[in-house]
Amino acid sequence: MDLDERARFEQIVLPHLDAAFNLARWMLRSRADAEDVAQEALLRAYRFFGGFHGGDARAWLLQIVRNTCYTWLGKNRPAENMEFDETHHGTELSSGVAAGAPDRPQLGGSPEAQAIASEDRERLARALEELPPRFREVLVLRELEGCSYKEIAAITSVPIGTVMSALSRARKQLQVALTAPQTNVNKEVAR
Amino acid sequence: MNCELSTKSLHGYLDGELDAVRAAEFERHLETCAECLQELESQESLRSSLHRAQLRERATPAFRKAVLQSLPRPTSRSRAFNFFNPQWLAAAAALLLLLGGAGWWMTVGRAARGVQDELTAEVIDAHLRSLQPGHLVDVLSTDQHTVKPWFNGKVDFAVPVRDFADEGFPLQGGRLDIIYGRTVATLVYGRRKHEVNVFVWPDTAASDAAAKATSTRGYQCISWRKGGMEFWAVSDLAMPDLENLQRLLAQ
Repeated sequence: MDLDERARFEQIVLPHLDAAFNLARWMLRSRADAEDVAQEALLRAYRFFGGFHGGDARAWLLQIVRNTCYTWLGKNRPAENMEFDETHHGTELSSGVAAGAPDRPQLGGSPEAQAIASEDRERLARALEELPPRFREVLVLRELEGCSYKEIAAITSVPIGTVMSALSRARKQLQVALTAPQTNVNKEVAR
Repeated sequence: MNCELSTKSLHGYLDGELDAVRAAEFERHLETCAECLQELESQESLRSSLHRAQLRERATPAFRKAVLQSLPRPTSRSRAFNFFNPQWLAAAAALLLLLGGAGWWMTVGRAARGVQDELTAEVIDAHLRSLQPGHLVDVLSTDQHTVKPWFNGKVDFAVPVRDFADEGFPLQGGRLDIIYGRTVATLVYGRRKHEVNVFVWPDTAASDAAAKATSTRGYQCISWRKGGMEFWAVSDLAMPDLENLQRLLAQ
């Protein structure tokens, strides 16, 4: 890659570093692992940049991030990677919540409002992390990244119709998890 | 939730992804369907909680810096020759040509080797992913006349699908994968208890290339190019077995 290509990469792809990190963070449920995997994905993107012929750079990068995440999960947490269907979901998964805690964004408002907001955030974050990866990824892409169905379809390599049905099922499951008694969220979702 | 539109249109409507006709149709439906109206409100409330919670997490500046530093250095062209005196220009140009030619040859040669290794790693990763339960095939069929049309509209090239059951490599199905940042067609063949993934994508820029075999991490890879298509066969089969399939595919 020469200087011009490098500049083009920095201009087109690097602005989506946050998106790459965020997707990896939710897929892996850990900021530390997300940094490793996002970095590897960026390196891959850099090497493959010659094969990128314009278009949606964020979707192109997120596709590589997603693939790198699943490959990493397969190698490092094979049990978790198998949980693609919603019925089979273990209870050992809440460990990632704590890992995400230290760098939580600051929320505005009075101390009371902050406390409530932070409690809500914790609950939502946990419920989202408990979803199977296939549901988690569409919710993260749609609600956190604001991707269109077309972009989600490209990133996750499925038809657009499948994106809508996955979102509909993911949201329903998230609602179920949120309405279940808080301490039992794990068990309720698990079996 | 029994209403058919609640699954068919509600989320598309919520996400602003319905075309005007279907959106209007769903709005008319909302006037009469209390169930869908309630579900829509509940989904809107879930969405606003999600947004209020600000779940999106940003990379730290330290991480951003680390990523930038980890990217390989670009190959810089020397600019010193630009400042040479006019009388040196001819000599400099000749030298540049010579150096540039050699540099170009070395860079391209090295880049090509790098890409080949990178592709091998990608293809093996895709092979490993496919072995996860439920991931081997998107279209499960031993009939090439079912698998071939399945790819229509999913990839923008014609996938050469053939069954080699008589030769001991029954077709098991097909799948889509991402290799090198692009969507490729994957054919799955069986051989006794082993699976072979054959990745196919068009590469019209390059000419035909003979089969290259490599073994990495306990997996065998054979790649070749024919008729503007790039092929990669990967398996844990012994190399001679994989070569048999390669010969059939390349016929």
